Amino acid sequence: MKLFLKVWRQDDRNDEGRFETHTLDNVSEDSSFLEMMDQLNEQLLEEGTEPVVFDHDCREGICGMCSLTINGLPHGTENSTTTCQLHMRKFEDGDTVTIEPFRAKAFPVVKDLVVDRSAFDSITQAGGFITVRTGSAPDGNALPVPKDDSDKAMDAAACIGCGACVASCKNASAMLFTSAKAGHLNMLPQGQAEKDKRVLAMVSAMDEAGFGNCRNYGECSAACPKDISLDYIAKLNRDHAKAKIKSIFA
Amino acid sequence: MNLDSKIPEGPLADKWDNHRFSSKLVNPANKRKYKVIVVGSGLAGGSAAATLGELGYNVDCFCYQDSPRRAHSIAAQGGINAAKNYQNDGDSIHRLFYDTVKGGDFRSREANVYRLAQVSTNIIDQCVAQGVPFAREYGGLLANRSFGGAQVSRTFYARGQTGQQLLLGAYSALSRQISAGQVKMHTRQEMLDIVVVDGHAKGIITRNLATGETKAWTADAVLLCTGGYGNVYYLSTNAIGCNVTATFRAYRRGAGFANPCFTQIHPTCIPVAGDHQSKLTLMSESLRNDGRVWVPKNAEDTGKNPNDIAEADRDYYLERKYPSFGNLAPRDISSRSAKEACDEGRGVGPGGRGVYLDFSDSITRLGESAIRERYGNLFQMYERITGENAYQRPMRIYPAIHYTMGGLWVDYNLMTTIPGCFALGEANFSDHGANRLGASALMQGLSDGYFVIPYTIGDYLAKSGAGAISPDSPEVKEVMESVRERVDQLVSSKGKRSSRSYHKELGQIMWEYAGMARNEKGLNKAIGQIQDLRDDFNKNLLVPGSGDNLNAELERAGRVRDFLDFGELLCRDALERNESCGGHFREEHQTEDGEAVRDDENFAHAAVWEFDGDGKTPDRHQEKLTYDNVKLAVRSYK
Repeated sequence: MKLFLKVWRQDDRNDEGRFETHTLDNVSEDSSFLEMMDQLNEQLLEEGTEPVVFDHDCREGICGMCSLTINGLPHGTENSTTTCQLHMRKFEDGDTVTIEPFRAKAFPVVKDLVVDRSAFDSITQAGGFITVRTGSAPDGNALPVPKDDSDKAMDAAACIGCGACVASCKNASAMLFTSAKAGHLNMLPQGQAEKDKRVLAMVSAMDEAGFGNCRNYGECSAACPKDISLDYIAKLNRDHAKAKIKSIFA
Repeated sequence: MNLDSKIPEGPLADKWDNHRFSSKLVNPANKRKYKVIVVGSGLAGGSAAATLGELGYNVDCFCYQDSPRRAHSIAAQGGINAAKNYQNDGDSIHRLFYDTVKGGDFRSREANVYRLAQVSTNIIDQCVAQGVPFAREYGGLLANRSFGGAQVSRTFYARGQTGQQLLLGAYSALSRQISAGQVKMHTRQEMLDIVVVDGHAKGIITRNLATGETKAWTADAVLLCTGGYGNVYYLSTNAIGCNVTATFRAYRRGAGFANPCFTQIHPTCIPVAGDHQSKLTLMSESLRNDGRVWVPKNAEDTGKNPNDIAEADRDYYLERKYPSFGNLAPRDISSRSAKEACDEGRGVGPGGRGVYLDFSDSITRLGESAIRERYGNLFQMYERITGENAYQRPMRIYPAIHYTMGGLWVDYNLMTTIPGCFALGEANFSDHGANRLGASALMQGLSDGYFVIPYTIGDYLAKSGAGAISPDSPEVKEVMESVRERVDQLVSSKGKRSSRSYHKELGQIMWEYAGMARNEKGLNKAIGQIQDLRDDFNKNLLVPGSGDNLNAELERAGRVRDFLDFGELLCRDALERNESCGGHFREEHQTEDGEAVRDDENFAHAAVWEFDGDGKTPDRHQEKLTYDNVKLAVRSYK
């Protein structure tokens, strides 16, 4: 198939940036979106232009590195799908495709389609863990965990940290990401001891990193390639309120 | 080259205990005087950095991705083995040890494997305490599944995302140490060389991928946790960025490289669809618990809709050839059987390079919802890539390069032949011999990082004393200069061909002659072709742009340059290992029905290669492998 591509180019964080238009012919419908980008880059090389830089690694939908906004939607229109798993059979011959980076104040552009998502790491560093010294753990079966709790924790833990939730939100809020990590740990008996401290620290790290506030639009969950539910945001709000009240009366 | 494996004295079961007791300790108050560099943040690197930081060492950890959470361990699907015997089905440390040695076709080191089996149980405890949401039974206890090469159910799992969950566990432990200031994390940094001073590893040189800055980092020890080299085949299940540069650069500075020809071809991957293909996607081996592998009995049926092929016209070849293990035969055997069926013209799908993995029996027996619960995400992934619904039509699968058992030679302490340079996880060679069993890679990465290196590094550091050299010392500057020259040379290559096109061509040579089946003639041919390709690369490579910002073409060019040298080494090793064992199948050495024939008399050793300068044939050394606790036997899964 033949495609008309509008691709975002930006030299660095301070550059204003611009769209560039390219025509790409002979795209196989069996190729993935990123393989189409590879093809574009080979063509740009032949034309003597610098290829477009974009983040990608595992190309099987789990590392969370790929981060393209395709036709206005993070990871494109296909539900529950990362950019790398999106295949060209979902497009039509002659389509115009707009390709931009994940846009958010807390995700500054590094170059072209690559953004800096280290703000997510700082949220995890603030409290997205259970404090357990290596080698000090009791037997794995010493503490039974009801299957339902464990399954719900797993649903939240499936988050790949890609940032589509932030990029889709008009406030660029990171609540879905933060609530998934906090929810995963807060739902398990192992995570109870540090629960209050965890939610307070993670939420304030999130605010400090420059993410916007959550207004329950729900775009984040719709854009999430792993279908993380809005229920976790509700849970985080509850856990945070409880922790806050306890901290006032403590 | 000194290949003293330093296997401790005493009976097998006591070796690790004895060793821990006789190892020197670093006083808790002195640990902060030591600096340790960890390259890579996957299961091995992440767990090592977190644990060493927790112990009080000053750790600098590096990864090429934008976050340590993205290392390719994250893509492991099926599970992690541990000798917990929670299923009461006859498992034990000794059985896991034996299965691993046998699965590796008797080419791994007994003492290391036994230690791996011993600490496997601690890993599960550690991960559960971190909050890893392993699958559970209704009573709330941990669930298990079976994996290839074992007759007990010892694999722990978190749906089809076990690697992700274990890595996020290690990443959370690492994050805790980063916030405590014990670990400094350096993302988007690629190690391009190692600094060796007076024979000891004292630092590394990195390139910041975002800014292009090359920088020297010094320390008292360097840990390479940089994964395997499967991408030398271009198409593999590895992430696009996985590369051999860190370990290959250490090899060039004096670290022995062991058994590069031991590569694992995974039997259940989605087949190649066309020229555009940039990587291959694995379908977890756990699918073989409920899927049956078959091809049509008659070549003329290969074009038919599989659902229209009568039961009597199907050849369930694994069940037929290996009745006791059936569809759960080990990876190397299953892969070769698939190739055989396709070579006979009975393969299905594009180019006749595929076999069916059929779930219809299990769906009839257990219901679609049970299958969906077990493998839902894998079926979804398959649908995304192929556009086919595997609940209604059998999956098409074909073997692909997946894991590399070879790696830097290490002794029992995980130290390479460069003192102070350690290799952990897939980057080393020691535990899986010539073939790795499913669900054992995660086990080894975490074993090395959480439970082995924290003890063994102490012994080295206590003996060598604290004192990282200055990054400005002449020895460091010299290495730094050579790195800069190399980068400058690449970035000034303004020829005609992209590094990707060279990588692709190298991959084709490797897959054709050093893939699932190898022979002397083919390997010699491959070596010649790789040398020609390298000459062409040096003349005609095109790298656009400059070296002072994010330049993905420059990154790839550097990695491909090392793959070109490394591919030749791999072929050379395959050529010299004149036997078949595990994943290394030499066509000259097989039984009448196509099974591998080992030569224990001449090849019960690890082959360790020593770099001898550019353009010179490297030297091949041997570490003899002795088996005091298992009897070398013909591996049979019949």
